[in-house]
Formats: sequence, C-alpha cells, structure tokens
Amino acid sequence: MPTVTFEINGTRQVLADVDPATPLLWVLRDALGLVGTKYGCGIAQCGACTVHLNGEPARACSLPVASVEGQSITTIEGLGPRGELHPLQEAWIAMDVPQCGYCQAGQLMSAAALLKANARPTDEDIDRAMAGNLCRCGTYPRIRAAIHKAAEGVRGEGV
Amino acid sequence: MSRHVYTTEVDEPLVIDCLARAQHAFGRSGAGMARRTFLKLAGASGLGLTLGFSLNLRAATDGAEPPALNAFIRIAPSGDIYIYAPNPEIGQGVKTSMPMIVAEELDADWQRVKIEQAPIDPRYGLQFSGGSRSIAVNWDALRQAGAAARAMLVAAAANKWSTDPSTLRTDASRVFNARGESLSYGELAAAAALLEVPGPSSLRLKQREDYRIIGTAIPGVDNRAIVTGEPLFGIDQQLPGLLYASYARCPRFGGTVVSANLDEIKRLPGVEDAFVLDAKGSHSDLVAGVAIIGASTWAVMQARKRLQVEWDTTHASTASWSRFNREAQQVADDGDGEVLIDNGDVGRAFDDAGSVVESFYTYPFAAHASLEPMNCTAWLKGGILDIWAPSQTPQRGIASASAATGLAAQNIRMHQTRIGGGFGRRLLNDYVAEAAAIAQRVSAPVKVQWTREEDFAHDHFRPAGFHKLKGATDKDGRLSAWQHHYITLQFNGEIVSGGSLRENEFPVLNVPNYRLTQTALDTGTPCFAWRAPGANSVAWVFQSFIHELALAANRDHRDFLIEIMGEPRWFDAGNPNSLNTGRAVDVIKLATEKAGWGRPMPHQRALGLAFHFCHAGHVAHVVDVGVDDNNKVTVHKVVVAADVGPVINPSGARAQIQGCVIDALSTMAGLEITLENGVVEQSNFDSYRPLRIAATPEIEAHFIASEYPPTGLGEPGFPPLAPAVCNAIFEVTGRRVKTLPLSREGFTV
Repeated sequence: MPTVTFEINGTRQVLADVDPATPLLWVLRDALGLVGTKYGCGIAQCGACTVHLNGEPARACSLPVASVEGQSITTIEGLGPRGELHPLQEAWIAMDVPQCGYCQAGQLMSAAALLKANARPTDEDIDRAMAGNLCRCGTYPRIRAAIHKAAEGVRGEGV
Repeated sequence: MSRHVYTTEVDEPLVIDCLARAQHAFGRSGAGMARRTFLKLAGASGLGLTLGFSLNLRAATDGAEPPALNAFIRIAPSGDIYIYAPNPEIGQGVKTSMPMIVAEELDADWQRVKIEQAPIDPRYGLQFSGGSRSIAVNWDALRQAGAAARAMLVAAAANKWSTDPSTLRTDASRVFNARGESLSYGELAAAAALLEVPGPSSLRLKQREDYRIIGTAIPGVDNRAIVTGEPLFGIDQQLPGLLYASYARCPRFGGTVVSANLDEIKRLPGVEDAFVLDAKGSHSDLVAGVAIIGASTWAVMQARKRLQVEWDTTHASTASWSRFNREAQQVADDGDGEVLIDNGDVGRAFDDAGSVVESFYTYPFAAHASLEPMNCTAWLKGGILDIWAPSQTPQRGIASASAATGLAAQNIRMHQTRIGGGFGRRLLNDYVAEAAAIAQRVSAPVKVQWTREEDFAHDHFRPAGFHKLKGATDKDGRLSAWQHHYITLQFNGEIVSGGSLRENEFPVLNVPNYRLTQTALDTGTPCFAWRAPGANSVAWVFQSFIHELALAANRDHRDFLIEIMGEPRWFDAGNPNSLNTGRAVDVIKLATEKAGWGRPMPHQRALGLAFHFCHAGHVAHVVDVGVDDNNKVTVHKVVVAADVGPVINPSGARAQIQGCVIDALSTMAGLEITLENGVVEQSNFDSYRPLRIAATPEIEAHFIASEYPPTGLGEPGFPPLAPAVCNAIFEVTGRRVKTLPLSREGFTV
C-alpha cells in the first residue's frame, strides 16, 4: 500500500502502508491516537469530525487520506498555540458550554475558522458558519455567546 | 461566614425566586389522596430499580494514596481534595454537581477540589444516570459523606489543640479555633483518617442559608479536557494492541443468523477474524449477529459492506408505522379498550355539559440519536474481563456482560467513561454484551463501534402513541369530564417502557368524572425509555386538550389551568415526589407573569402555555410563537419556570433547561422514526434531522428555590414545550396540531 505524507498540527507525518481511501478521521483516531476528532455520522452531516484543512473547516469523515497528501491539517489537539488555549477554548470553559461534550471539538474547529475569516460575526454569521455542526444536547445558546465573547477578546487584544 | 463565589461568565437571565412554600407543607394534602401511587411514581423513570443508597463510611488508608476519609473523599497533605463522582456523566452535569454537594458539607475550598470518576463499587450505592434521579437519590448520602469527613477533620483538630470540637468552626478547607488559629485540611487529613467515622445521626448538616458552593454557578469539571480533545469518552479508549470490531445484526429485530460468507470476510485486508454469535440473556442483552474483527475501524467497516448474511426472520419484527396508524384508528372507532380508571360518571357529565370537545392525537416513534454512537471496549485477560463502557447503568452492564459470556460478575471489572449523550438509550447494555462476547473470542482488547446507520437501525425507540379524547366543561365553564382511550404498544405481551399512563397523571385526580381505557398494539420492535419517558409525549396530548377545553368554554387558558389545580395539596399525601398543586400553580403564575401573559401581541404572533409534572419537577413554559402565511413557525422566546427544589449548580440547571427546550423543539418540529416490515426507514442525520443553531429561540429560565428535596433537570424541562408551542400555533392560525411532528401538519420550523 502507498505512503501518505501530510502535516498534522505543525508536524510532518508519514503514514506507510495505508489504504488511500481511509477517511482522515480514522487515521487520526486509530493510527495517530488523536481521538479529539469525533465520529458522529460518517457522511458529513453532523460536523463532529471537523478539522482544518489548510486553515479551512473540513469534515474528516469524508476526506480520503490520500487527498490530504502534502496538505496541512489542524485538529482540536493543535487548535491552541503550544500549551495554551485558543481564545475560543477559553470562552468555551468560561461560558460553561459543554453538556455531554461530544460535539464540542467539531464546534470549536468550525468556530475558529469563522473567527479567522470574520472577527466580528453577527448572530446570522454564526448561524451560517455553525449550521453544519449538530449538538444533540442543545448547547447552541452558549456556543453563540462564547463565539461572541471570544471575538471580543480577540479584538480587544488587537489580534 | 464568607461566601466564595465561583461563577461562570454566562450572561443569561436567571431568577431564583425565594417564595415562601409553607402553604404546601406536608400534611396539608387533600382528603382521599391514597398512597397507592407512590410506587408508580418511583418507577416513572422506567428503570424499575429499587431506589436506595448506602454508604460504607469506614475510613481506610492504603499506601501512597492520599488518606481516604470515606469512599468519596481523599485529602492529600498538600491540601488537594479528591472527590469521587459516583454516577455516569451523560451531559446532565452530575460529575460536577454531585461532588459540589460533598464539597459543601465538607466545607472545602472548591479551587483545591479535584474530581475523579468513581470506580463501580457497592460503596457508591446505585451508580446510574436515569430518571433525573442522580441528585434526588443521592442527596442525603452525599451530604452525609461531606459532613462526616468534616466532623473527622474537626475532631482531629480538637485533638491537636486539646479543645472541645464544638468550639471549632470550618471554612474553605481550614479548621479554626476560638483564638483565630487554624489548621488546613491537608495538615489534618492523616490524623482524621484514623478516627472513627461518625454515624449519620450525629452529623450536623448545613442550613441552606450557609451554602457557599451549592447554588453557585460552577463550570463543568471536564470542560478543559473536552475543549482540548483529551480522551474522555467510551469511544476514545485506546489500549496496546487494540483491535476493532463491527457487529452486524438483523435489520429486523429478532432475526437470527442462518449463514454468512465468513470465509470471504476473513480474507479481506485488515480482517483478523469473523464469527457468528447467538443471542443470550434478555432481548436487550446480546442479540444474534456476525462479528468482524480487524486491525482498524476502516478495515472492519469495509469488510462489513462485503458481509452477506442469510437471516432467519421467522420471529423477526414486522412492525409497521402505517399499519399501527390503521389499527389505532380502527381500535378507536370500535370501542373502549381495557378500563383502567372509571371515576364518577362521564356519561352523565357529557349529558349535563356546557361544552364538549373530541380529539384524536398521534405522535411517532423517536430515536435517541446520542451523538456518540453505541460502543464498548473489552479485554479478557487472565480470567478477568475489563470493560470500558459509556453506559448509563454500568452496574447492569456487568450483569449483561455476565449473561453474554457466562463469566461470574466478580470477574468483570467495569470502568466508567464520560458519555456522549444518553437520553435513555444507554440505560440498556446490548453493546456491552456484544463487546464482552467478542472479547471472549479474541485474545486482545477489542473495541466494538456502531456506525450511525446501525445506531438508528437498532435503537429501542421512544414509543409512538394514539389518544382518543372526549372532554367536557359544565355550564359554569369548569372542567367536568375527561374520557381517554390510550392506544399504546406492547412487546412480548408487556406494555413497552414509556408507553404507560401513570394512574395519577394530571389531571386525573382533579376531574370529578374521569375514565381511562387502554388498548395495546403488538410490536416486534422494542421500545424504551427516552428523555422524560411517557411525559415527553403525553404532556403534549394532555396540555393541548386542556387548551381545547378552555377555549371551547370561552375561558382564559391560564385561569382554566390554575382552576383545575384547585387547592394547594400533594396528589399523594406525604410523598414529595408527587405533584403538588401549589407548586404547580406557582410555576404557572411565574412563567405567565414573566412572559407577560395577556399582553397584546403583534400580528401572527401569540403566547402559548403548558405545564407538566414529572420526575418530581414542576415546570411551566410560556412560548412566544409566530406563524407566517407559509406556515413557517418561529419560536421567538421560551420562558420557563421550574420548581425542582434547591438548584445545586445554576449554570448546569440553565444548561439543562436550554437543552430540554431545544431537544423538545427539535423533536416536535420534524423528528420521527418510521418502520415498515420491521425495518427502520431513517438511517442517518440526513433523514433524521435535529434542528441546528439557527432555530434556537431565546430561552429564559426561572427557578423557584423551594425547600423541598432537590431533583434533576435533565427531563422535567422537556415535556411542556411542544404543547405550549402547539397551543400558540392554534392561537395564531386556528389550526389544532393533532399529529406530530409538525412537518406532518404542513408546518416548518
């Protein structure tokens, strides 16, 4: 079987002997031990597996690993700068967003991509950007509030 | 006493209304309220478990572990306090709120508290999460555990200072004497652990006004681990040499394996083994199927697509949603069903009525659809079976694994994991049984994972139901008669879990003439408890019909509802888990007052009201709903008033109200499971579509901090939402919603 090489959370990763059709999700979870990215549906409907592919949100369950050859992947484990929390992670903790918590990695990855593109999202912007992420517990009001809070923090720091 | 405030930064409306509750005290119950309903209520969760809790508070120290003051508490010399969270965390917040109760009575400094999930051990009593009972069942034991440890720390300090313990006080993990000197809990723990554990009767529990942890908004203890993607959930288990398994079951419940192309499957890349397992235990333990074992999730998923099984469907389910609908209509037309309650004389009341209303209500099956699919990891090594399972009933999981393997329960070790949503599905342990049986055939740790499609295909659904109703008001516009034919479902001759009406379901005891009859249709596909079992659907029927009756009698809905409640009293004298009409009226009044009941509303907008009592929680919702010309329903705002006794963690409590509202809205709007010839027609989130963030209304939660024992909020916040919205839809459109979900009636949300 072929070899696939890509960058994962800033580190070059060489995968030997991998079925090129394997979804990135299962490479992350089974082979690399990065289990923060979650399986929820397998058909890009729930967003639990959201990662960043070259900075853009992507559903890892529907990305064949061969398609990320030479690309850069960021997962929830790499969202914050080394050892630190991303402002969204800070806001998620402070606003007590999680209930069961299973969808939250995916929610955070979608939210991070939103803030990168739009530092002052409105509720409508948030609804649009987060529409692909299902939360079965109904944490939506706090997700929205936490995104606003993080956006304020990011702007306040002049980032 | 200093008040340490630990708050979340959530800017959400919160009102704790400290109303006097004296008028609802025990003993002022209405005449004739028998105790016969108590056991029914205790079983309302559908668990059938004996409720109780016992603690072995014998102190023990072992090795390098911080000294244990009892099963719940260890205190290190550094001052770090370890509190064990006994019950499974499914998102309802008990991993935070239960230790808060211990820490309160311990008088601990919460900043130094570290929470660990407790092992499965009889010392923690019943370790389950269901029926919103975790807090209610364990309230006393948790307080006693904290208070006992505190008493031992005080005694240890008294010994050091050679003084009378009654002259000492505690605050934030320190013991103080009258001279103002203090010793930290960390300094005292080793000595305290050697002391005799005081009996519960000697303990002095705090007065509620002295609480400084309970009642403060504390963020979930796992939040940081969750947002950084640490392994927490059942499905995250990783072990050296871990293998992966897929388990194929018959698409029709009850089917068994005749043959399968095992040889071909075993030759596929990455596949280690494949074999057939027969059913063992009850229908919710091991079901027959084909296991495929492989080196990766992807390998077994791919092999699963190539698997060909010949199923014996002789005894398999033929459940059909279209047939159930036809049969229910036929049964309703034909007659009355089995008489369960016949109070007064409904016939005569109808003859004397001022107005009479007749209706037929239908609601569908619903899936649990926990976002973490069913999964379990198991490893049989040296005769000991280790299991890592996201189960709401881990103790029962041991029994299920034992039934599936023949191993003695004492040779099975169950490890609790965080759970990615339960909603009742994980009260069952069929996935645990599978993993255990597979582990017995594989000499390595093995993780069984269900696909989302399997999760839908093999759920035990929220039961569908049909209700034929006839009600009357008398010439003064008072509710006078209620005739109710409930058409429900039975599996193997037993009414399905969540498919029974409580014999004291509101408003039975408040209507002079009440007749309840029941007919059960046979289903071969099992149903099971689903968030607020029974209540999640029957509240919609009862509270919609009360609205119909109020309007027919030209009465204000709120006044009519309050009038039905009558004098403040317990439905079941002396039972704080029964409906209290005074508490009910208080939440109805609070919700309507906060929502501005009776105010003029904009064009195509209206307020809708509903109340429901379940799981010892009294909850009223008032919703502000708009319906446009295209039948698009917009829920602008939901005002919730709840009395669940003291609120342990306001942040968690608000979260549960928000979750209940959104789940109920989603379910009402468009969720239904349909079956034909036993096969489930929905397969994933493209055909079963919970609402997304854009549909989220503004939600305002008000809690009445009554002095009654606390109960959980994972369920009682759910039931009133659908009837409140449907009542508002009627006010706007004049159309009564009689079939759920709303999509069946041409509405979109």
